[in-house]
Amino acid sequence: MAKRTIRSIPQDRTPVREQPAAERIGSFDEVNLGYDADEAAREAQRCLFCADAPCMSGCPVSVDIPEFIRKVSDKDVQGAYETIARTNLLPAVCGRVCPQESQCESVCTVGGALEPVAIGRLERYVGDLAISEGWSQRPYVVPTPYRVGIVGSGPAGMACAADLAKAGCQVTVFEALHLAGGVLRYGIPDFRLPNEVIDAEIAALERLGVEFRTNTVVGRLFTVEQMVDEMGFDAVFIGTGAGYPTMLGIPGDSLGGVLSANELLTRANLMKARDFPMHDTPIPLGTRVAVVGAGNTAMDAMRVCLRLGAESVQCVYRRSRAEAPARAEELHHAEQEGVEFHWLTNPVAVLDDGEGNVRGLRCQRMELGEPDESGRRRPVPVPGSEFALPCDQVVFAIGTNANPIIGQTSKLVLNRRGYLQVDDAFATSMVGVFAGGDIVTGAATVIEAMGAGRKAAASIKRHLGIRDTSLWYDDPEGARFGIAAHERNFVRLRLAEREPAYSAGPASGAPTVPSTSTAVTAR
Amino acid sequence: MTSSSDALRSDPAPTPPIPGAGPGLPVVDRVDISDVTFSLEVLHPQMARAARAGQFVIVMTHPEGERVPLTIADFDRDRGTVTLVVQAVGKTTREMQQLCQVGTDLHGMAGPLGVPSTIGSARTVVCVGGGLGVAPVYPQARAFHERGATVIGVLGFRNADLVFWEDKFREVCDELILCTDDGSAGIQGLVTDGLRLALEQHPDVAEVVAIGPPVMMQACAEATRPHGIKTVVSLNPIMVDGTGMCGGCRVRVGDQVRFACVDGPDFDGHAVDFADLRSRLGRYRGEEAQALDHWYHACRRAENAVADDLIPAPTGQGA
Repeated sequence: MAKRTIRSIPQDRTPVREQPAAERIGSFDEVNLGYDADEAAREAQRCLFCADAPCMSGCPVSVDIPEFIRKVSDKDVQGAYETIARTNLLPAVCGRVCPQESQCESVCTVGGALEPVAIGRLERYVGDLAISEGWSQRPYVVPTPYRVGIVGSGPAGMACAADLAKAGCQVTVFEALHLAGGVLRYGIPDFRLPNEVIDAEIAALERLGVEFRTNTVVGRLFTVEQMVDEMGFDAVFIGTGAGYPTMLGIPGDSLGGVLSANELLTRANLMKARDFPMHDTPIPLGTRVAVVGAGNTAMDAMRVCLRLGAESVQCVYRRSRAEAPARAEELHHAEQEGVEFHWLTNPVAVLDDGEGNVRGLRCQRMELGEPDESGRRRPVPVPGSEFALPCDQVVFAIGTNANPIIGQTSKLVLNRRGYLQVDDAFATSMVGVFAGGDIVTGAATVIEAMGAGRKAAASIKRHLGIRDTSLWYDDPEGARFGIAAHERNFVRLRLAEREPAYSAGPASGAPTVPSTSTAVTAR
Repeated sequence: MTSSSDALRSDPAPTPPIPGAGPGLPVVDRVDISDVTFSLEVLHPQMARAARAGQFVIVMTHPEGERVPLTIADFDRDRGTVTLVVQAVGKTTREMQQLCQVGTDLHGMAGPLGVPSTIGSARTVVCVGGGLGVAPVYPQARAFHERGATVIGVLGFRNADLVFWEDKFREVCDELILCTDDGSAGIQGLVTDGLRLALEQHPDVAEVVAIGPPVMMQACAEATRPHGIKTVVSLNPIMVDGTGMCGGCRVRVGDQVRFACVDGPDFDGHAVDFADLRSRLGRYRGEEAQALDHWYHACRRAENAVADDLIPAPTGQGA
């Protein structure tokens, strides 16, 4: 094949098929329909396979993007899946929810001259095919006697669980709610991330031997200290997220029609309130809804309200569209579906209708001043610009804080804002206890949480004395540092190649339960 | 939804549950206290060990169900059980009254949630329970008793027939004042009358714990305010997850907004904005009626189907 150049590749980004806006707001079916095989192959033609692969450095988990796109281009989708799965356990999720435009695609070489390669859509194509074809990594796991407890089954916990299970640890994931998945389950709606995708990813973890315990509130049912001291966990990872919603603290914010985006989304997604009364949990239905904030959560909340039958949905955001933190695609979809945007508008009070319900939102216009510490221009109020926005429901999507339960129930050192204090290796102040994701950094993205979960897993392996070999031996050139791959002592994980020798091997397929575990851990 | 056959065992299996066996949460005992109030003793040894006075659980009866917050009314570490007292007022609690018989399993129970009550060093305390609050105040009365305090119990019921747990309270209270609306047991009057009586007789009362409907807790807080006696109330706002995630249970305490699930449920009764609490409790009245109506219709359909000999009936005995 002739070397690709910016002139020889297809110039236009392959568009993705979507449900028409008018149809989709009547259902919770997924909006983005994803690429088919031809579209994926065409888009894969646009990758230049840059030697320095800037896209990889743009990815929080360093997926080998040129390699997987090359395999898609060669129609070896299973090979592409295996390439991604080496570093990213949830391609079907990340292809949907990562902010690619500010990560891998923002540094794509093609993007210098044309639209960047649609890396996210290709990743989703590979991930979806892996689910429908039933591909999964079938690692040859050498069991270790170690037991690791993971607190929280969101993206950080799932990523950490996967790496440790592959390293042979017995992993138990504790989830406070009745279903696993964390923010993927309660936060992100079905039309963006279908539940079946989450179920498939959790099933893949269970095949790796990971045990999920739902309805288990760590800190309250048992403490982190007890996990280490009494329950026989050799290490603990905490990924409880930043789920505590912020209210604006303006007059009227406890009126009947005011709720957090978390409450709206939890009712709609986790509790299936959209099927009320077939499901028991109700959801407040406003006819005119105002959503405060312009992040992904705000977009999700607005689009849920449209699907629940709101006549109008308005977004109130104190900065301008350019500063909106939502993914470009979500903002675009919300606009398509008819959300009214009030940029540079700051709510100052929720107005009471006299019966404890919402009559409107008093707002003031803003203008952008000097950049603040976040680098974004600070909005400042325009004097005398107050006006009332009529609405009967107000949803706050203005950010979240650390979940307080672990802090309340353990001696772990917290920082000033209530998040867990960790060092560079994701170790907390308690030996053997690690943490990562939003509970450390504050609200961020799914892929960043997964990245943190994986890095913490690497630290846990070091802490337990399990050599983390996967990065070394993945090198196609072969062994490094003079250590050969067959030295079992160092190799806890080998990806089962599609060669008969491995797939017929005794331990491939179902994970092996360490026979020595009871004796070793029954301390 | 009531036609799901596994949830409806018309004849509960008589075999005793094996402690700690399986993932199920078996109901090991049930007492029907009145035609709307019943207690469920649920086997969950880990939770029985962890539970402290003042905490609550979130219960789900089936996968399509609500997450219902219920205060832990009692826990027994030896038996490995926690006891919940439920008043069948809404759709889910009526359904529980029908379905949760001895031998059945709860679908899910998460907890113990909330910050445990502070059992301080007060030498003399009054524990007030009214209506639904009688059962939840019991663990606090017992904890104060175990701490060595003089405990005066004040319990309010509509009439003598509805009195329950009197013997349990007598075991942990140095003095018990029963109040009934009609005077058929104890004194005639509200719990606030009983509370005033207790405060008159015991000028050394250093703390009051009041649990019950918001209006009752507010009245108790107002009764103690002139005396400057510390008054703790346990709030029961609408919740979804119970783990600090939805903010539906936010309450105004002083000039702060607090979440009852993770910052409470106990708060200083003199600082709670009860008007705000009552207004927020009424947010879903329409939906509650709709859910109940929908459920009644489903039950009637199921009964008709039984008449036609098609599917088994929901034959709860408590309904």
